[in-house]
Amino acid sequence: MGSIFRSEEMCLVQLFVQAEAAYCCVNELGELGLVQFRDLNPGIIAFQRKFVNDVRRCEEMERILRFLEKEITKANIPIIESSENDKAPCPRDIIELEVAFEKLEKELKEINTNQEALKNNCLELTELKFLLQITEDFFEEAESQLSGSELPSEESVSVTGCSRRLSSTSGGGRLKLGFVAGVIQRERFSAFERLLWRLCHGNIVLRHVEINVPAEDCMANEFISKDVFIVFFQGEQFKSKVIKICDGFHATVYPCPETLHERMEMSVGVNMQIKDLHMILYQTEKHRKNLLLSAAKDVHKWNVKVKKMKAIYYTLNLCNIDITQKCLIAEIWCPVTDLKKVHSTLTKESVRNGSTMPPILNRIETNQTPPTFNKTNTFTVGFQNIVDAYGVGNYREVNPAPYSIITFPFVFAIMFGDCGHGLVMTIMAVGMILYERHHKNIEMKNEILTIFCHGRYIILLMGLFSIYTGLIYNDCFSKTFNLFGSAWNVRAMFQPNGPWSNETLQNSSVLQLNPAVRGVFSGKPYPFGIDPIWNIAVNKLTFMNSYKMKMSVILGVFHMLFGVTLSLLNHIYFKELTNIFLEFIPEVIFLTALFGYLVFLIIFKWCVFTVSESEIAPSILVHFINMLMFNYSGPAMTPFYCKQRSIQTFLVLIALLTVPWMLLIKPYLLYSDHQRTKHVVRLCDNSKVSILQSEQTEAEIKGGGDKNHWEEEKFSFGDTFVQQAIHTIEYCLGCVSNTASYLRLWALSLAHAELSEVLWHMVLHNGFTGLSSVGLTITFAVFAVLSVAILLVMEGLSAFLHALRLHWVEFQNKFYKGAGYKFIPFSFTDICKR
Amino acid sequence: MASLLCCGPKLAACGIVLSIWGVIMLVLLGIFFNIHSAVLIEDVPLTEEDFTTTDAPQRIYRIYEQVSYNCFIAAGIYIVLGGFSFCQIRLNKRKEYLVR
Repeated sequence: MGSIFRSEEMCLVQLFVQAEAAYCCVNELGELGLVQFRDLNPGIIAFQRKFVNDVRRCEEMERILRFLEKEITKANIPIIESSENDKAPCPRDIIELEVAFEKLEKELKEINTNQEALKNNCLELTELKFLLQITEDFFEEAESQLSGSELPSEESVSVTGCSRRLSSTSGGGRLKLGFVAGVIQRERFSAFERLLWRLCHGNIVLRHVEINVPAEDCMANEFISKDVFIVFFQGEQFKSKVIKICDGFHATVYPCPETLHERMEMSVGVNMQIKDLHMILYQTEKHRKNLLLSAAKDVHKWNVKVKKMKAIYYTLNLCNIDITQKCLIAEIWCPVTDLKKVHSTLTKESVRNGSTMPPILNRIETNQTPPTFNKTNTFTVGFQNIVDAYGVGNYREVNPAPYSIITFPFVFAIMFGDCGHGLVMTIMAVGMILYERHHKNIEMKNEILTIFCHGRYIILLMGLFSIYTGLIYNDCFSKTFNLFGSAWNVRAMFQPNGPWSNETLQNSSVLQLNPAVRGVFSGKPYPFGIDPIWNIAVNKLTFMNSYKMKMSVILGVFHMLFGVTLSLLNHIYFKELTNIFLEFIPEVIFLTALFGYLVFLIIFKWCVFTVSESEIAPSILVHFINMLMFNYSGPAMTPFYCKQRSIQTFLVLIALLTVPWMLLIKPYLLYSDHQRTKHVVRLCDNSKVSILQSEQTEAEIKGGGDKNHWEEEKFSFGDTFVQQAIHTIEYCLGCVSNTASYLRLWALSLAHAELSEVLWHMVLHNGFTGLSSVGLTITFAVFAVLSVAILLVMEGLSAFLHALRLHWVEFQNKFYKGAGYKFIPFSFTDICKR
Repeated sequence: MASLLCCGPKLAACGIVLSIWGVIMLVLLGIFFNIHSAVLIEDVPLTEEDFTTTDAPQRIYRIYEQVSYNCFIAAGIYIVLGGFSFCQIRLNKRKEYLVR
């Protein structure tokens, strides 16, 4: 059977390799990506496994690489990602790689610390430079003020006596003013000023100026604005107080020389030092950038190599080492069809390596459930993913994915049916498919776009089917196409043929075309789709609702019948032929007897009843309900056909009979089977004990074995019965509720059609009636944007979700168990993508 | 030349998609209005007296054609906008190459 209809056949294989060749073998298996390793040491924690040191080394290398990447991105250097496949390094290259990494890290750290120290130095010198520049003015000001013996402003200063600067022109008898100059952060300055004034009782003169150029603080990596201040005071006590306060506010105090001459010298010296420092800083920065540039070329390659290495060691940790310490034993799940390929790859690898013993592959039988593996290509992987999202199938169960390639877009399209929107969707999907390669770049950035890009084939099919159903509903942006000419004729309603005259036209607001009048309905219905005249009819919804509801029920019953038929394939494959009689046949009978008959009634009513009987046509719903209640009297109960009563009674009776069929027979059969085997084992046991009495040990073993075997099949009748009851009730009630659930096909398509019409009337209609072309341009732009946002995105997602629900619940619960686990091969491509 | 680049790459792409859609749809609508399609009758600004005057069909047809000319002119405006977006896309691509 084709592999897409069921999951692949898997086998458990034991792999024996030489311990030295183990790394290379696992490397090759990783490149191949076809096998899944089983964990042979489940109880052992990570720190006790054999290769834990190697994993540690890999993690250390990863840490260094992360540090490098951070530095590279901080320096705004782009990391080049190579598309070629870098192989994992062999064990001897690992040491070289480690050494290279450590050297790089050490160098980078050194450069960073040096740079920081240099920057701090530069900062201090710059502040000193500003200080010297600005305090020049203060000194002059202090001189001029004090020489004129004018006291500075009242609130801040009271200098006892007139004091003069030592360097000023006047003679003796003047007091010497001490001063402290420094730099403080701007935010702290007002508090600093207040505290100084309070503590020194106003015996100081404080001057400050802002530094216009903000300084860069390396610690916080931000720009801080600072002020230069200078405090004049008299006496040593004040000096110590001021210095303590400066310390408290983290203001840096600089030793400022007192004489003008010394200050000029210092200024010159500081400027020179600053220039030197700038050059050194520039060189350091250039060196650092070069280092990072060269690292950036290789960092991606190294990342891939380290990831692969770590994956190999992690996988080696899952394997066992045998007693002689010479051989590595691994258990792998492998698809049977790929076994030869794996074997040949391993043999080639061992030949290349030059090892004496080629790896041995030994297929073993096992009771464990193999993982479920479905082979997919780029087209089918989307559909397989949406099936797996609900539950991964049991091993070798029927796979619903290939059928959902057609049914899912079709069910979506029934709810979305609009040619115009379908066309836009198809074009978007085609665009995404054609620019596949471009997407690898976008993939990393936007998650939602990535999801859309992965589903591009699904969207393409949804769009194509939507165009098809749009043509059937005859709906394109809420307008219809009249391709073949309508089957309805208005002229035939006029006299002498029909009842209308000119007065009818002028006096009535709504006119009704009566198909009973000859010629109004041509008798040849519109060949493909809904007749375009319904678009301008006021009672359009009455007609469309009836049509869409009935169509939904018909499609739903067929979808569910298809699901039940797939369960037959499962029963045949797993050789549970009794289940065909115990489950499949009663299920089909129940579904067809009740809901198949409903479908028959719908189609019968469409075919048989003509316009002349339209007033007395019986209601399907009323008849269906009364059928189940065996009620055949009442005013609305004109029969559909003559033998209706007897046929319906028969159908309801056999449907009712299937319920105990499904409920009771299977548990009873299982119970009687179990009783029979128990009886046989007891007989066997007794005979064995009497015959083989001499060989006691053998009898004990045999008896013990049989007893164990019997105890394993502990049969609880209660459990089986309850399980079967749940299955029966779920199926029977489920049939009813699921059929009603398919009415969402009608509901969503109605919503979509109405939204589309409202959008046209509220937006584009104004563009046409406004009679201005610029207005039409703007209106059309608004219409297009709203169409995409509301109708394509919102309605599309909504219809997608409901179609998905219909598949997952209503369709799959007829046959799908979905309790398997997925096959995750050891593959480097998957690991590096993460 | 640099100041001619006013839209980013995404805005220009949206612009060109919108323009292409606008051109195709408005041209088709213009054609349908021109052949006096009955389905579009609600979108034509007709008044009561258009129905009662003697040469009623012709008046209604004239109004249909007016609307169709509006559609064609709007399609022309969208062609201009499309060309502008296309130029923006080309300028953006050139800028990308220069930076690299």
